[in-house]
Formats: sequence, C-alpha cells, structure tokens
Amino acid sequence: MNRATALQVGTLARRSIVRTLRQPAMVVPALFFPLLLLAVNAGGLQRATDLPGFPADHYLDFVLAVCFVQGGLFAANSAGTNVANDIETGFLNRLSLTPLRKTALLMGQLAGVLALGLIQAVTFLVVGAIAGEGIHAGVAGALVIVALALLISLGFGSIGAFVALRTGSGEAVQGIFPLMFAALFLSSMALPRNLIETDWFREVATWNPVSYMLEGIRSLVITGWDGEALALGFACAGGVALIALVAAAAALRTQMVRT
Amino acid sequence: MSSSPAIETADLVREFKKGPRAVDGVDIQVAPGEVFGFLGPNGAGKSTTVHMLTTLLPPTSGSARVAGHDVVEEGTRVRAAIGAALQEAALDPFLTGREHMKLQTALHGLPREQRARRGDELLGRVGLTDAADRKVGGYSGGMKRRLDLALALVHGPRILFLDEPTTGLDVQSRSALWAEVQRLASDDGVTVFLTTQYLEEADQLADRIAIIDRGKIVAQGTPDDLKDEIGRPSVEVIPAEPADLARMKSVLARFGESVASPPKAAAVRLSGGDAQLADVVRALDAEGIRVQHLQLHAPTLDDVFLAKTGRHLEGAGDGAAVEDAEPDPVAA
Amino acid sequence: MSRAGGTRDVALAVAWRGAHNYFTNPAIFIPGLLFPLFFFTAFAGGLSRVDSVPGFEFGSNYTAFVYGFVLMQASAFGGVFTGFSIARDFESGFSRRLLLAAPSHGGIVAGYWLTGVMRAVFTICIITVVALAAGMDVQGGGIDLLGLYTLALLVNAAATLFGCGVAMRLRTMQAGPLMQIPVFLLLFLAPVWLPYDLITGWVHAAATVNPMTLILTTERGFVAGDPVHVVITFAVGAALVGAALLWARGGLHSAEQAA
Repeated sequence: MNRATALQVGTLARRSIVRTLRQPAMVVPALFFPLLLLAVNAGGLQRATDLPGFPADHYLDFVLAVCFVQGGLFAANSAGTNVANDIETGFLNRLSLTPLRKTALLMGQLAGVLALGLIQAVTFLVVGAIAGEGIHAGVAGALVIVALALLISLGFGSIGAFVALRTGSGEAVQGIFPLMFAALFLSSMALPRNLIETDWFREVATWNPVSYMLEGIRSLVITGWDGEALALGFACAGGVALIALVAAAAALRTQMVRT
Repeated sequence: MSSSPAIETADLVREFKKGPRAVDGVDIQVAPGEVFGFLGPNGAGKSTTVHMLTTLLPPTSGSARVAGHDVVEEGTRVRAAIGAALQEAALDPFLTGREHMKLQTALHGLPREQRARRGDELLGRVGLTDAADRKVGGYSGGMKRRLDLALALVHGPRILFLDEPTTGLDVQSRSALWAEVQRLASDDGVTVFLTTQYLEEADQLADRIAIIDRGKIVAQGTPDDLKDEIGRPSVEVIPAEPADLARMKSVLARFGESVASPPKAAAVRLSGGDAQLADVVRALDAEGIRVQHLQLHAPTLDDVFLAKTGRHLEGAGDGAAVEDAEPDPVAA
Repeated sequence: MSRAGGTRDVALAVAWRGAHNYFTNPAIFIPGLLFPLFFFTAFAGGLSRVDSVPGFEFGSNYTAFVYGFVLMQASAFGGVFTGFSIARDFESGFSRRLLLAAPSHGGIVAGYWLTGVMRAVFTICIITVVALAAGMDVQGGGIDLLGLYTLALLVNAAATLFGCGVAMRLRTMQAGPLMQIPVFLLLFLAPVWLPYDLITGWVHAAATVNPMTLILTTERGFVAGDPVHVVITFAVGAALVGAALLWARGGLHSAEQAA
C-alpha cells in the first residue's frame, strides 16, 4: 500500500470510527443485547450444566462465546447501515469524485466495524472477568479471542457492506439482520452439538460455520489450547470474511461506476 | 486561460435499462469562465448529464470532454479538474463541518500543513466559521448547501458543477449562494455548470443557457437571445363578466395569435409589440367589455420553453419560479 | 358526528393505515415475525434436551414450554414495533397532521392499539401453526386456550400503550431502544428456558419480582391444561394495561402540547 492509499484508508477509517461512536443507537445495543443475553443465559440455563456430558461447570463459561458472535452481527448491521446511508445520501458520489481508491474506501469503511468489534470484545472479556469468568488459555488466550472476534466482526461487517453496496438500501440491510440472527440461533450456541437432541437441528448446527466460530472461542475459555477447534474457528471466520470481502469489493465496483 | 471549451459534448446519450433515453443526443459547449445554466423540468435529463460529465456515470454513446479530457478515457484527470455539488447535499450528519473539510482535503491529497488552513478559509468564505464545530445533522438546508459548495472547492477546481444547488432553499439562502457563485465566476474565473429548474436562477446567474426537455436540448443561447427569439410580449385579460369571455377572445384575436392562459382569461401575443396595448384597451372598451384584470407579460424563459416544447416548465407556477414571470400589471 | 362515532372512525382509520403499512412493507413485518420464529426454532429445537435436567417439571413437551414464552414475546413485540411506527409517524410529520385533523385524539391511541393487536395476532397465528407442525403438545382445553390468548392480548395492549407513551413523548425513531430495552428486560428476566424453580443467581432474584414470571407461568399452565394463579395473573395483566394506558395518555398530552 503506497502512502497516498494509506492516507486515504486512515482518513476514511477515522471517519468511520467517529461516526460509529457518535451513534449511541448503534453502539449501545451492540454492547447491551449480547451482555443481557449473557446474563440471562448464565442464570437461566445454569442447570443445563447438570446434563450428562455438559463440558463446563458454569453455563457462563459455555455461553460467553456467544457474545462475540452476536457482537459480530451488530457489526454487520453497523457496517451495512453506514454504507447504505452513504449511498442513499450521495456521500459515496462525493467520495467517488476524489482521487480515492476503491480498496481504500472498503477498508476505511470496515475500520469502524473493527473499532466497534474491539470495544465489544474487550467489554465482554472484562464483564466476563468481573463475573468470575477465567480464560483457561490465559492472557494469550484472551488475546487470541480478541483476534478471532475481530475476524468474525470483519466477516459479518463485510456481509453487511456487501448487501448495502448491492442494494443501496438501509432497509435491505435491516432485512438481513434477522437472517444473520438465524445463523447464530441455528448453531451450537445454547448446547454443545452432541447434546442437541433434535436431529435436523444438530445437522444444521454441524454445517453452520457459526458453530465452529463459537467452539473456537469456547475452547480457549473452557479447555485451554485446542489446535483443532482454533483452526476450525479461524478457518470459518476467515472463510466468511474472505468470501464476503470479495463479494463486497465486486459490489463496490458495480455501485461505484466512475470512469 | 485556454480558449478550448471547458466542457464540450457531442451526441451524448445515456440509456437506462427498461427506460427511455434519459439523455438523448446532447451537444453543448461551455467556454472557460462561463456560467452555463442547464434548465429543464424534473426528469429532463439534467442530473444524468451532470453525472456523465463528472465521470460518475459512463455514457451509452457519444462523447464528452471536460477540461480538455475525455470523461470516459481520462476520468482521473477530469476529476482532478472539477468540483461538484450534486443534487443531494451529500454530507455525513454525524461529522462536523470542519471534519468534513479535513476528510475532503485529505482525500484530495493536500499536504498536511495546508489542510486545516484551506478548510478554515473555505468555511469562512461560505460563512460557516461559527458553525464549523457543530455536527452537520443540525445544519439548516442552506448551511448544508454552502458546506457542500465549500467541499467542492477544496482542491481549487477550474470547473464547478452545481446540480440544482438552491432547490428547497429559502430566499435568503438562495441569494447568498447566488452571490458566491457569481463571485467564483467573476473573481476566480471558475467555469460553472449549473442545473436548475428555476427560471429566475438561470436568468440571473447564467451567461448562457441550454434548455433540456426529455433528454434533448430544445434551445441554447444567452437568456436575452432566447427571449428575443420569442420576441413579442403577450397580454392577458380577465373580463369582469365571465359571459363576455368568448366575445373578448374574438376582439383580442385581432391583435395576435392566442397563447395559453388560465381558464377565466384570454391571452394573445401582441403582433405589434407592447405599443398595441392602448389599442387593445380601446377595442375592448368600444365593444362594451368591462375588464377585471389586464396584464402585460414580457417574454420569459418559460415562454421560450413553452414555444419550444408546447408545455410550461414544470413547477413554473409554484414557489420561486413564479417570480420569474415579472408581471407588468396595467390598471384596467 | 357523535363523540363516540368520531373516536371509532379515527381509530379505524389509524388502524387501517397501520395494517396497510404493515402488510405492504416487508421491512416492517418480517423482523417482527422472524424473531419470535427464530427464538422458537432455536430453543424448541436446540435446547429440547434441557427438559431432562433434574427437577424439570412441566405437564407437556418442551416445544409447548417454549411456545409459552414465544407467544408472550410476539405479543409484547407486536406492541413495541407499533411504538416504532408511531415514532416514525412523528418523524415524518404524519402524526402532527393527524393530531390537528382528528376530532378524537383518544381515537388515535385506540387506532394504534388496534394496529398492535393486528400485528400480534398475525404473528401468533404463524407461530402457532409452526409450533403445532413441530409437534407441540397442547393439553389445555377451549377455556384454557381462551385464557391463554386473552392473556397474550393483555400483554400486547400493555406493550403497545407503553410504546405509544414513549413515542408520543420523544417523537423520534431514536427512542426505539427506550421502547425495546425495558420490554426486552421484562421478557428475558423471567423463566425463559427453564421453570422458575430451576433458574439461579440474580436472574432468579429478578424473576421473583418480575410480573412477567407470573404471566409466563400461567400461560404455560394454560397450554399444559393445568393453569395456576389465574385470578392474580389476570389482575396483574389488567393492572399493567391500566398503568400503560395512563402512561400513553400522558404521552398523548405531551404530543398535543407540541403539535
């Protein structure tokens, strides 16, 4: 990346972060709802740990991972809404008239998502720690969790950006939000896959990449360093991010047709 | 200053899928330093033309050169030479005016030490110094337009595109923006390509005008030339007794061809010019037709539009556009 | 026009518009429909094993247990989303025109309430069909079901009137979280996935004072054909509606002052 592109990415990243943080309606729910679900689950489903074969003594240990993926869903909403706003208001046209590179535009826009993702990941870890949560893999494990959470946010954020760039509509972005929630719900979010009783549900959860993202984070919290779980977690998050980024870049080329 | 045109198009066409030709063979030439008014009703093809000239939309066929560069082949060079304030005041409601300037100056690659200075200078010029640190979401429509203009100027463009810059603005905001556009053209020698649906705006600001309707240019020239082409004034009369309308029309027919008028009135274009007005009044008096209202209309750009298209310019009857009619009431 | 006739006409006009907007705008009705469906699918399918937790006692299957919660969620969110629509109407200036034109302002609130009922009934119908298809075991008879859906409509009315009060006071879409979060809290700080006796920690403490615990328990009792605390639950439901009505009336007064 040359200096001019770096300056463009930096400038747009700053703007993306500033506008994200200036919208409490975007930041507060992104922190509040995952934490609420965490708190409710930790108390409401603690007795699920009595099921034979349940991998943790505290349901909190098990369910903490959900926060990070749920945070990623809010990242998708935030990125998508911001990009859609830029298209709807003509701001993208303004940017198109500057000597801006398309890659710089996409990277800059996603920087806001990563900033939000970082705030979320650190908050969830701190809250987890306050609630008595220990990361079995230690401080290094916590850092790996942050890295994986950022990759998850980048992936979901890119999906949001893709939908926004493809449709140019904030409503369409809001429309995919429930679908992405479905991806979270139809995973090993509430119970380990081997304890899911309903066959079709277990099958869907096994094919669902979100299950492996959750299990990657969960392994660091509950069991320590588990190479296979981590590899699968990073591969799934990275795969989603890569596909969504390529799709978003292609959609940007169509949306930004300047000569 | 170069003598080659600042903007030049040849048979410029833009088609959209499943739609008519939004722009259908437009040929225009804009001289450097000129304020060029692109006048037409909503949906005439003004914004599509601007999008093509600013490289945001590739033409379907034909060619266009802006600042000497082809808009398709040399998009980057065109963008370096132009500034644009497009129809939507495209601003981020969550950033302040000053932050917008920072963003724009950085994206245009201004050296770091110049960015703040240039931003402050332009904010001052459009009268936004006091509001510079407020979020744009709280700006009025006029303030947004002025910031939009300032942003279009950060890199010192030679050619400025303003797409309906005053639509929806109050009278004061409109006047302030006009003054700034005039200053840019006269003091800085910036070529201004201005689209508008307001007759008055085109009349006041533009050195030359092209009128576009349904994608085609229907007239082009200076405002005065265009009005002279229509030539003669018209007189519109409302009888005191509605029953006299038919009789009144036959009297008026002696003085020229009939032109469009409201239902309760009759109007003719005076074949002998405004000197005939007294004759009209005498003839009506001789026929015993009492007149409730009589008005002489100098030719307007709307008359030009009407003459060329058979329709009034959309919106000519509402808001600001009506001011352009400059009625010249005569007591009757 | 009589006063009652005026109120009815205004209410029907507002309700008709609400219905029209709802059914013709997928961006409005899909999220309200999908979220309860996701919850139902995710928990009835993914968590069904928790009915094996020692001490889990319920007279029907786990699908019916989850249905009780999702029914309440659909009722409450039908109301909250109606609050969003009211806020949107204020932002667009529609409500101002309505306040100036309508002969009966009480009719406006009644109209919005009817909109909320309609949204909830539509969602409940679909969820019920899905739940029956998923094997929900309904033990309750006709009277039980009448009680079940009457209770759902009370929850819906309370939520709509609450949302209406917030929307009419703040008159902006930014008020969305203020309508959503309290309802979310009330819903989830209740025995969502396990019976009251099996939840632990602070969620148990919160559920003890949460009126929703009572409503949810009675609703589940109706489904299982073994209703408990019926009289007190209906009294609590009616009290919630009464309080929300006062709150909405205050909101209307505030909106009238501003119009």
